[in-house]
Formats: sequence, C-alpha cells, structure tokens
Amino acid sequence: MEESSQVKISTAFLIIIFLTLILSFVAIYVSISAVIWESDYTGALSWLLIGFIGLSLATYMLYQTRRRIRISIKPQPVMTTLVCEKCGFKNLREFKRGDYVFKETDEKCPKCNENMYIAAIYREVKEQK
Amino acid sequence: MMVFDSLLTSVHSKLNQPFGGDTLSWIFTLLIYIFFAISILYGQRIQLYVWLREVEGSLYKLKRIRDEGRKIAIETIREIGKPADDPTERVDRFLEYFTIQPVSMDPARVVWKLEHILDVRDNRFKDEVKLMAPAADKTQINNLENTLEAALALNMIYKIIRHYYLLGKKTLSLYIIMQLQMIMPMIMREAEAYASALKAFAYGQPIGDGAGALVAAKLMRGYQKRKIAKDVVVATVPIEGRTAYVLKAEGPGGNVAKPGEAIKQLIEENNGKIASIIIIDAALKLEGEKTGEIAEGVGVAIGGPGVEQYKVEESLLQYKVPINAIVIKEDIADAVSPMRKEIFEAAENAINRIKRLIKERTKEGDTVIIAGIGNTIGIGQ
Repeated sequence: MEESSQVKISTAFLIIIFLTLILSFVAIYVSISAVIWESDYTGALSWLLIGFIGLSLATYMLYQTRRRIRISIKPQPVMTTLVCEKCGFKNLREFKRGDYVFKETDEKCPKCNENMYIAAIYREVKEQK
Repeated sequence: MMVFDSLLTSVHSKLNQPFGGDTLSWIFTLLIYIFFAISILYGQRIQLYVWLREVEGSLYKLKRIRDEGRKIAIETIREIGKPADDPTERVDRFLEYFTIQPVSMDPARVVWKLEHILDVRDNRFKDEVKLMAPAADKTQINNLENTLEAALALNMIYKIIRHYYLLGKKTLSLYIIMQLQMIMPMIMREAEAYASALKAFAYGQPIGDGAGALVAAKLMRGYQKRKIAKDVVVATVPIEGRTAYVLKAEGPGGNVAKPGEAIKQLIEENNGKIASIIIIDAALKLEGEKTGEIAEGVGVAIGGPGVEQYKVEESLLQYKVPINAIVIKEDIADAVSPMRKEIFEAAENAINRIKRLIKERTKEGDTVIIAGIGNTIGIGQ
C-alpha cells in the first residue's frame, strides 16, 4: 500500500463477489420460474428479494473495488477589491499573484485617473445546508 | 407453438433440477448458517478488516494530498526562485526536517530553551529557502517558507498515519485500528485544510489566521511605522483621545513574528504605564458557531507554542497591566485557507469593539497597546 499508487484487491474478495453475483442471478431465475411454471407468487417474492439483495451487495462491493480516489488541489476563486482613495470608486477583479491588502497599485481609477489601492482580498463561500 | 411450449418446458425442468426449490432452499439455509457462524466466530476480525480498509482508503487519499503538496511546493520554488539546479532533492530533504523539543523534567527556563530552538529552526528554514530560491525577495522567501511548512505538515500527517496503519495491520490490534478509524475524519479535515493552505501560501493570499493582523493593519494605515521586535511593526495611532500603539507582524510576506516580544518592549518603554492591552486574534470556532463571529474576553490571545504568550504574561504580572482579548471565530480549514469574506468583514466589527472597549476601560490621555496577532501573509500595513 505504502508504495503502490492503487488500492490492491484480494482474489478472495473477488471470488466472494463473483459467487454472490451467481447466487443472486440463480435466485432471480428461480423467482421468475416460480411465477411462470408454478404460479407460486409468495415463493417468487422471497426469491426475488434474496436475488436483489445479493445483486445490490455484489454491485456495491464491485463499485468499491473500482472506485478511484481523485485528488486535485485547485486554487479557490479569490477576489481583490481595488478602491480609489480620491473618489471612492470600487473595482472588483480576480486575485493576481503579487496582490496584497493595502498595496498601492498602478491600476488607474476609470473616473479620476488616480492610482487605486487594494482594500480587500477574500473568497466567497456558499454555505452548505 | 406447441413445439415451442414443449421445448420451454423441457428447458425449465432441466434447469430446475440442479436448482430445484428444495435444493436451492437448502443451499441458502446453509449459507445463512455459515453466515451466522462466521459472524459469531470472526465478527470482530471482519470488523477489523473493514476498518483497516477504511483507513487504507483515507491513507491513500492522504498520500495523494501529500504528493500534490510536494509538487506544488517544487513548482512554486521553480517559478519564483528561478534556481539553477533542480530543487526536488532539497525539497525532499526539507520535508523530512524535525524539531526536538527541550527537555521539561526541570521546567525552569524551558520557555527560553524552546524559544532558542524555534529561532534556530526558523533561521535554518529561511536559509534553506534562500538556497532553494535565490531569485526570491524577502516577501517571497517568507511565502515559500510557509508553503514548504504546509507541505512538511502534510508529509508528517501522512507518515504518522501510515505508521499506525501498518502497526495495526501487523499486530491486528483492535485498539490501534479502532482509534485510527475514529480520528480519521478529523485528520482528513486537517490535511485538506493544509492542502488548501498550500495554494494560498504559494500565491501569497491572506489567510483566515491573519484576521488579527488585518485589524491592526486597518488601524495603523496612514500612520508612521517603526520596527520594534523581530519582524514586528508598530504605529502610534490616536484613538478616542488615547494613544494607541498598534502592532502586527510585518507584511505582506507570510510571517507571525514575535508579537509577545514587541508587547514586552512597549510595556518597558512606557515603564509599565499602559492602561490596557487589547489583543486581537483568530480563534477556532465550535461547531454551530458562525464564521466571523466576534467574542470578547480576558487573557493573552496568542497561539503557537506558548513562548510569546509567556513573555506577555510575565510583563503583565510585573506591571499589573489589564489585558483584554478579542477573537474572530473560524474553523481550522478557514484559518489556513484564503480569507473568507465573512472574516474580512468581521475586521470592521472588531475595530468597533476595540473602540468601545477603549472608551469603557480607559480614560482620555491613557496609553494602550493593540496587538493584531496571526500570519500576515497577503496583508500589508
């Protein structure tokens, strides 16, 4: 585990999944045949239930073995607010490397052509309920 | 049609023979008995393997986070530091650094011993970063140091968890594996927080921990600043008719500096004639509390290993200076990831609290110290 890049799956585990799958299909077959040939609806329902429980268990176990963990550390969207000291004009843009709070920038205010400073840098998070 | 019906009947009867109702019932009953027997005899062991598998999944995730962190650190050094050689080997060596705490059997002077070790560690880290990234300026060196420290933390988390996982697997000890499985969600939260911190440090973005530094920066903006202790700046600011010494770590590089030392020096400069000290810091919130909530109290709100807190407490005791604390609540993930809007906005509320506190607890003409604690990455002054 410590050196490999994938989680190993044991053969015994795969055999158990395979057997569960076979038994589930057999149970479903018996349930169908009970309806068609014997009209035994109560028995058919029991077999169908067993079949589907087994099938879901096997599928879940199979899904667990196939599951791959994907990790990527993505930069979170961070916004920079620039403010003109003279007229108070605010400009919001994406964070750029080198930005810091209270930095005097070369970016000009579109209203009075003065240099703007960085008043805020933050990220907005939508709260999950 | 008749032929088809008879064919179907014969196929069904043939298939039904091995799986006939009785035979199949017998197989399933046997399976249920086997299942019960296994559950009784090997239930605990099965549970153990289930837990081991869960831990294994988390460990795999931790490994990916650690590798990704290492990759980000190397890429950032290459991009900013423009090293002549490949920094990978140096980064790998850095990720294995350790610090041994001083012996505490005889606790006298242990704080100073710890401070010395932390200073040596800090200098060593800075020297290493300078060698790795020769083209980086002071701010970038601080940011790179923080990036590498986050990568180092991720490496340590991964290695410790791997140690207990392998130990548990080797000994099949229920208690080791159970404890590991139970703390894994918290560990993963912390690791994910460090992972997001890596990007913030690499880009030099303000982080949640800098809430206190932000409050101080807002208060001292436009006033003359001077250096007081190592990497600490102070400005004399008139607030509500009082003279306030506002201090914070020097930004915008990632730095927490030595605020305790600075407060101690300011108290001594004023011969202990300080009406009140107000410390502002980010604090871990409890689940259910809102991010950016502000709370007030007394005591030295300085986190970390305790050296800076100790220095302030010693001076307070000597001169009997009252101390107040204002904290901005946030969780561990917010503390090390880019500053949330709620925390940024809380800085204004904290300033209002400071002003109210000054008005209520001091008289006009008094001198107060306001210290903004925390990592000042991405925050100037």
